[in-house]
Amino acid sequence: MASVPRSFLLLSIIPTILILCADFACCNTGRKTGDGLDTDFSGFSVPLEHSFEVDDVSRFRMRGALQLRGGRETSVSLSQSQLSEEDRKTLKEVAAVDGLYKIRVPRVSLTDRQTERQMDGYLTAFVRACSLVESHLSDVITLHTDVSGYLIGVSIVTIPGACRGTEVEDEVDLEAFNTTLTIIAPTNAPQPETALFIERMDIEHEKRGKPQEQKSFFAKYWYLILGGAIFLMASSSAQPSAGGAEEQQS
Amino acid sequence: MYRPSLVVTFTKKSSVKMAKLTSLFVILLSFFCISEAVFEDQVGKFDWRQQYVGKTLFAHFESNTQSSKKMFVATDKNIFASFNSRTGDLLWRHVDKTGPEGSIDILLLHGQDALMVVGDGRLLRSWDTNIGGLNWEAVLDTGSFQAACFVAIQDTVKLVAVLKKAAISLHYLSNGHQKWVENLPDSDAVQYQAVYSGGEEEVYVLGVVPNSHLTIIAYSLEDGEIIKQRSVEASWLSSIESSCVVVGQGVLMCVDPATLALYTLPIQAEETPEFSQILLQSLDLEVFPGFQPVLVSSQPHPARSPLSEFFLQLGPDHHVLLQLNADGYTIAPLRDFQPAFLVSFATTGKKTVAAVMTPKNETACAINLFSVDSGRRLLDTTVLFPLEPNGGKPHTLYVHAFLKKDDSVGYRVLVQTQDHALTFIQQPGRVVWTREEALADVVTMEMVDLPLTGTQAELEGEFGKKAAIQDGLFPMVLKRLSSQVTLLQAWLAHLWKLFYEARKPRSQVKNEVTIETLSRDEFNLQKMMVMVTASGKLFGIDSKSGSILWKHYLENVQPNAAFKLIVQRTTAHFPHPPQCTLLIKDKDTGLATLHVFNPIFGRKSHIALPALPRPILQSLLLPVIDQDYAKVLLLVDDQYKVTAFPSTKNVLQQLQEMASSIFFYLIRSDQGNLSGFRLRKDLSTERIWEVVLPTEVQKIVAVKGKRPNEHVHSQGRVMGDRSVLYKYLNPNLLAVVTESTDTHPERAFVGVFLVDGVTGRIIHEAVQRKARGPVHFVHSENWVVYEYWNTKSRRNEFSVLELFEGTELYNSTVFSSLDRPHLPQVLQQTYIFPSPITTMEATLTEKGITSRHLLVGLPSGAILSLPKMFLDPRRPEVVTEHSREENLIPYAPEMPIRTEWFINYNQTVARVKGIYTAPSGLESTCLVVAYGLDIYQTRVYPSKQFDVLKDDYDYVLISSVLFALFFATMISKRLAQVKLLNRAWR
Repeated sequence: MASVPRSFLLLSIIPTILILCADFACCNTGRKTGDGLDTDFSGFSVPLEHSFEVDDVSRFRMRGALQLRGGRETSVSLSQSQLSEEDRKTLKEVAAVDGLYKIRVPRVSLTDRQTERQMDGYLTAFVRACSLVESHLSDVITLHTDVSGYLIGVSIVTIPGACRGTEVEDEVDLEAFNTTLTIIAPTNAPQPETALFIERMDIEHEKRGKPQEQKSFFAKYWYLILGGAIFLMASSSAQPSAGGAEEQQS
Repeated sequence: MYRPSLVVTFTKKSSVKMAKLTSLFVILLSFFCISEAVFEDQVGKFDWRQQYVGKTLFAHFESNTQSSKKMFVATDKNIFASFNSRTGDLLWRHVDKTGPEGSIDILLLHGQDALMVVGDGRLLRSWDTNIGGLNWEAVLDTGSFQAACFVAIQDTVKLVAVLKKAAISLHYLSNGHQKWVENLPDSDAVQYQAVYSGGEEEVYVLGVVPNSHLTIIAYSLEDGEIIKQRSVEASWLSSIESSCVVVGQGVLMCVDPATLALYTLPIQAEETPEFSQILLQSLDLEVFPGFQPVLVSSQPHPARSPLSEFFLQLGPDHHVLLQLNADGYTIAPLRDFQPAFLVSFATTGKKTVAAVMTPKNETACAINLFSVDSGRRLLDTTVLFPLEPNGGKPHTLYVHAFLKKDDSVGYRVLVQTQDHALTFIQQPGRVVWTREEALADVVTMEMVDLPLTGTQAELEGEFGKKAAIQDGLFPMVLKRLSSQVTLLQAWLAHLWKLFYEARKPRSQVKNEVTIETLSRDEFNLQKMMVMVTASGKLFGIDSKSGSILWKHYLENVQPNAAFKLIVQRTTAHFPHPPQCTLLIKDKDTGLATLHVFNPIFGRKSHIALPALPRPILQSLLLPVIDQDYAKVLLLVDDQYKVTAFPSTKNVLQQLQEMASSIFFYLIRSDQGNLSGFRLRKDLSTERIWEVVLPTEVQKIVAVKGKRPNEHVHSQGRVMGDRSVLYKYLNPNLLAVVTESTDTHPERAFVGVFLVDGVTGRIIHEAVQRKARGPVHFVHSENWVVYEYWNTKSRRNEFSVLELFEGTELYNSTVFSSLDRPHLPQVLQQTYIFPSPITTMEATLTEKGITSRHLLVGLPSGAILSLPKMFLDPRRPEVVTEHSREENLIPYAPEMPIRTEWFINYNQTVARVKGIYTAPSGLESTCLVVAYGLDIYQTRVYPSKQFDVLKDDYDYVLISSVLFALFFATMISKRLAQVKLLNRAWR
């Protein structure tokens, strides 16, 4: 999963990247089946806002628009504009004072479109402005949903993530975002693997071969019993009186 | 040894060896799991258990003879227990269900039978007090419990009457069978609150319509028929329970705080009775302003009517002994007791006495006996009750009176104080025993290293930084010499002590632990346990012996307060004393107070505390230290402003410098909101991230970070192919556990979120379907283990999550949450666990080299030490060469419970609430304290004692071999020389 976005990152230079998170069957299972069918699949868009200020007071501005598409296959795409001259200057200044670059998206539900889609409040995340500058605006934004399709969190990281203090001279590097966008739904935790274990045990049993037929006690030890009986008979017939005398004494 | 049916794991050494030799299977198994059983001779050597019962609600003494040894208590923890009154030890104890279902409504004692109503009138039980066995149990009809009393027929007690909200029933004492049950008339309007029987043919039920009238109903004992029913005008009466008692020949005595008058009413009167009023003024009595007067009476035998003498409490320390005259409506004062805290009646034979506790001086109270008939003080009956400076005030008095040989009255007294302690005192004022029942409800605890001995500390002080700067060369030399002399002195004293003790028989040598003799041992195995109890009493307990070394009662602590104990300065910074801070937060208002104390001596420190006018949301301990080596505590209030403690200039300066790298998080579980903040230079904060879990879907039940004192020795795991799988060791990781709001078994789920506490990044998000809580979990190193209830399969399951960075590290030198762009690999496996659990904790050792075990508290009271090896998501389904190389156990869906893993063998810990682990100075050893109703302390060795020589280590053999080799070398060398010389001559 993780390797997919990285390869995309290396290949693409275009500012807008569409990453479809295909195989997330798990995030559908929690939903009522009716929901997915009722919705039109045109999707909807929510603003992605960012804030970077030298004095660290948040003033969010529009960065782009997230195109969200619910339904069976949740997908998300981002269209965003280039950074203006002024913004680039501010970003470099913020990076110089080790300020933060924050993004936020409104809380929305991807599935439940009949009711009010947008709840109050935002989901916020941040990254150090210097690492954003040094990575030439290469960032990875991840949206997290819960089992019923609500957006619960957003995260942003840059690749590379470190701040080494290297100067970014070329203004062109700070013009356009090189964004990788993913949407992640919760994974299903495994259940105890009883079926597989039993199967394995069965195979092992078969490998060992069938256990020997259960013989009855007499069938197994008939010779011992017979021998014992003969011995007893022989000894009792030889000295019947002596044995009796001893018993009486004791 | 591995027999699964073995309940108690005493194992003899020889049998272990035998088992290992004979059974190949066992040897194979012991590869995987380390045997944990305790040898028989080790029982009680490194572990101890203390059993408690909780706050006493009812207490009775066995019989009124001097030789009786038993007393019985029923407590707020739903426990019925018996103590040996000579020693204070538990004879037996019955632990009922927690909560209202097992609550004890009343305890009545008659002869050998103890009668108990349990669960708000659900059950009636009779116990045999000799052995603590259950005689019988009867299920009562529904309805909330009001009162109960014994009923006598022709001078012998045969029945017990139980009054409920709407019914009264009579039960035989012998077998619990119901004699009759009758519904009470008009029970919607009338509140029936009392039942009275004075040995007549009737049993009386008293009810009240508040501020209107009193209802008296007499039932025939024979068949439950209503003989008479009276209604008496009483517009001043609101509750019989709180303001009325029965005295004398069936006279109801009530006190009215509004009119300041006593009212009397003969219950058995044939004609229409009426209350007769006696003004307190006419008796020259005055009520303390704002005090609700209380009446205390006594009915020594259920077959006779109560005494005509009674106490009236007029103020917090003012009691009067009064007597109802034979006419039934006039009262004569017998004696005025002021000041007097507590009073109690006690009867022995035909004599009844009153015990009165009066303050004597600052440190003690005096208890005296008075004759009830005359109010005269009995000679030679004074007993002193010592008041502790940091203890609670006396709360209740239980008196055990008996007739001495010379027919005079002797007594012993049990005093319950506000801090739930029970003190038993004998004449002439000797404290026989004390039980600290506050320890039945430990909320949180810490273990603190003991200080060095005086001489060690002296040496430390000599080389301290400050000393070197202040003094010149010559004083330093002098100091050195003097410290050498003290060391020599100490050594000589030690030698003398050894010599002196060697002459005495072994049994007489007692190592009494006192606060003066406390010092750290060689391996730091003995520590100070600082325990915080729900009642607000703090204890310092020696971990080796379990003896209480100090106690401190904090008054004015709300019953629902939340506590957080923080060690701000450890013992390592001599000469600065160690310092603990207790944050006490009122749950309703959110306002917090701090109590700063020395954990070794329990003394409160006189440090200036910060003013905390606003509710506190979060507290965090920073690794920043001030010039006195105390860690800085940050308190975040509801306006996200930060208060530092201590807040010296030095600290504030450091905070300013570090502000941009101090992050913290807040969690509001009612809104499902997790948010992160960064500190600003002016100690305000800015919100930098926010994650919201919609409360319509799931609610946050618990959040756990990692323990700050945890060390991880190995960065990765070596796999079968000799490559290394690096662990994802994020110290800022939070494990957030949620439960679904939908409780339907098919749709319920448990969510596990791993969130970075600095960046708010969701590292992993997993959902356990068809599961519900209670979820117990442990978060440590690179793993999270959680336990939940599987609603589909109806069983408990364990799941383990492990996080790995992969086969190469992103940045091997330092971990920063701000610079880890790649998500870790997450492995997870789930197992079936054959028992429910109550709590869980992981072992902790000094350097983290020793393998980890999980300590699981089971409802049975056992504590299971489960090797983490069994909870490893890399356990293979199919065994391969590599997995065998790595010593991975093949996957099995069921987690075993082996009885030899129970670290507390047969010393079960009732109602385990928490397990605390602390490292010791030995890497192999982890100290464990399990607390709940009981307290159990032991040591565990998760990887066996690899750094300790065994007890039976053969020193003689080793040294003799060494010497032999040495001499052999010498001799052979000599021989070789001689031979060489001879050869040279030849």
